[in-house]
Amino acid sequence: MTGQSAGQVSSPSSVETRAGGAAAQGGAVQQAVPPKPNALLAFLKRRKLVLMTLVVILVAWELAPRLLAIPDYLLPPPSQVFTAFLGQWQRTLAATWITTSVMLGGYLIAIVVSIPLALAIVSSRVVEDTVEPIMLVFQVIPKIAIAPLFIVWFGFGYTPKTMLVFLLAFFPITLSAVAGFRAVDPDIMDLARSTGTSTWTMFRKIKLPQALPQIFTGLKVGVALASTGAVVAEFIASDRGLGYLLLEWRGELDTPMVFAGVFVISLVGIVVYYIVEAIERFTIPWHVSQRDPVPMNA
Amino acid sequence: MSNVAIFGRKGADTNAPHGIAERGMTAAATLASGTQDGGIVIKGVSKIFDSEGRRVEALLDIDLTIGRGEFVSIVGPSGCGKSTLLRLIAGLMPTSGGAISVAGRVVDRPITDVGIVFQKPVLLEWRSVIDNLLLQPELRGLDPAAYRDRAIDLLAAVGLSGFEDAYPRQLSGGMQQRASIARALIHDPSLLLMDEPLGALDALTREQVRVDLEELWLATGKTVVFITHSIDEAVLLSDRVVIMSPRPGRIDRVIDIDIARPRGLEGRNSQVFKDAEEEITKIFLERGVLKRGRPFAAIRKP
Ligand SMILES: Nc1ncnc2c1ncn2[C@@H]1O[C@H](COP(=O)(O)OP(=O)(O)OP(=O)(O)O)[C@@H](O)[C@H]1O
Ligand SMILES: [Mg+2]
Repeated sequence: MTGQSAGQVSSPSSVETRAGGAAAQGGAVQQAVPPKPNALLAFLKRRKLVLMTLVVILVAWELAPRLLAIPDYLLPPPSQVFTAFLGQWQRTLAATWITTSVMLGGYLIAIVVSIPLALAIVSSRVVEDTVEPIMLVFQVIPKIAIAPLFIVWFGFGYTPKTMLVFLLAFFPITLSAVAGFRAVDPDIMDLARSTGTSTWTMFRKIKLPQALPQIFTGLKVGVALASTGAVVAEFIASDRGLGYLLLEWRGELDTPMVFAGVFVISLVGIVVYYIVEAIERFTIPWHVSQRDPVPMNA
Repeated sequence: MSNVAIFGRKGADTNAPHGIAERGMTAAATLASGTQDGGIVIKGVSKIFDSEGRRVEALLDIDLTIGRGEFVSIVGPSGCGKSTLLRLIAGLMPTSGGAISVAGRVVDRPITDVGIVFQKPVLLEWRSVIDNLLLQPELRGLDPAAYRDRAIDLLAAVGLSGFEDAYPRQLSGGMQQRASIARALIHDPSLLLMDEPLGALDALTREQVRVDLEELWLATGKTVVFITHSIDEAVLLSDRVVIMSPRPGRIDRVIDIDIARPRGLEGRNSQVFKDAEEEITKIFLERGVLKRGRPFAAIRKP
């Protein structure tokens, strides 16, 4: 944090307080300007170890199949994965687009449903007592196991896929939002009530900002689950998309393309994750600057 | 002490109804005027908490009248229902029996002409100190910009000049509590409800804020209900000290403190102060709230 030591404690002694008003402004907390090094360089420096590890793994992977005579259909070297991808990139990207739209669709619906639901759970005893226990039970159900049912109900196409993504992303987002809304100190709500303000203003100015850090944690967990959900849905219930292609490639023992597919969908997940994180940084800078990194897994 | 002007309403000080001279009147007179001009009237109030099978009788049959402009402290052992009483007065929760009125209106919802200082500072961590103060006018639908100068003055008055733009996590506990006191004053409420507001302050600042609080009160004629664990503080500041008994909380005694104002810290030198402090201590000893020779020595070693 900048300038936290820049202010000075003036004693509460009352003699100079009137004049102190002006002086206080002069001596207000200064924004220290941090030196601005090259951002990319700083990033590389900070991630030096992980980048080096990645390079080592890639090299080892490239060499291992040759040195140990592992056949391509088991473990193709990265170079071969890349060449295979170049051969089919148009088809792959078209499928990726389908999978991504399913993923984003289900994910956005999950957000739109989860936040109001979480708010209803924390605001209403009745909703809390009915919905929350049901949710906790449903959360334990392996959602993917229900996916075949969705085909029976909704046929092939976008609907069952989006439903599965929604179902996977819905739980972490809702539960973390509930936890976030519950973290609001009852005293600050009491203070707000003593101002006679509206429920909406209290939500906007206190509850939502207070809950946002935890909501974002849920949103990030949700990203990983959403991409998993989209691919699995296409395994089960689709004739297109990256999940479908993965199965097709596997059937042809085209292992380099399977690897390529996995890389592409992972990349999509990472991009969406960082978009969410960028939004988080923009929305709650006061929190981002002081929290521990949230692991991106689920 | 010039910061009175900062605490006070601008320009209204001269015709404030509770000048220093009036402070000399007896508690009975204050009480009577309280009932007329609509201070706080608490009649037969009890509060029972019944959550998850645990029934707690927090308050039992409380009768208390606090005159408008009076400074009343509440002391009592931990858990005797002081905070609960404060919340009931503020209308933040319903009573289980009896009724409360504030300024002539029965309390059936949160009252708004009030500044509350809670036991904890409860500042919003994403707002700077000054923006935490300005939350009050914001929530009240007032123009926060118009309150900026007043916020700066108030922060200066509680010794937080230069910290306007700091964030709560950059402040010590005592500084946060001082900010929350300033927040309770920014909209110039006629009633102050303070729940151990000085508990987190260091001894020196605490003395200073005590003096400032008396000055503020003398200048503005606010009604103050002040919870504290410090007998010394209660006697030094108050017109009357309400002593509560352990659970279920009842009013044990009400003691008038007839010391001339302004008392400053020198109020402690008067005989009335010494007698009152002694009397309250004696009551706590009699009730077993304070015990002599508490058996720490008897605690067994592992
Ligand atoms: N919301 C609540 N639900 C259930 N019980 C409560 C609740 N609030 C307070 N109590 C109970 O009521 C009693 C009085 O609590 P209160 O907080 O008013 O005490 P207090 O006098 O302020 O204590 P302290 O000096 O430690 O702050 C306690 O026994 C407490 O357990
Ligand atoms: Mg309390």
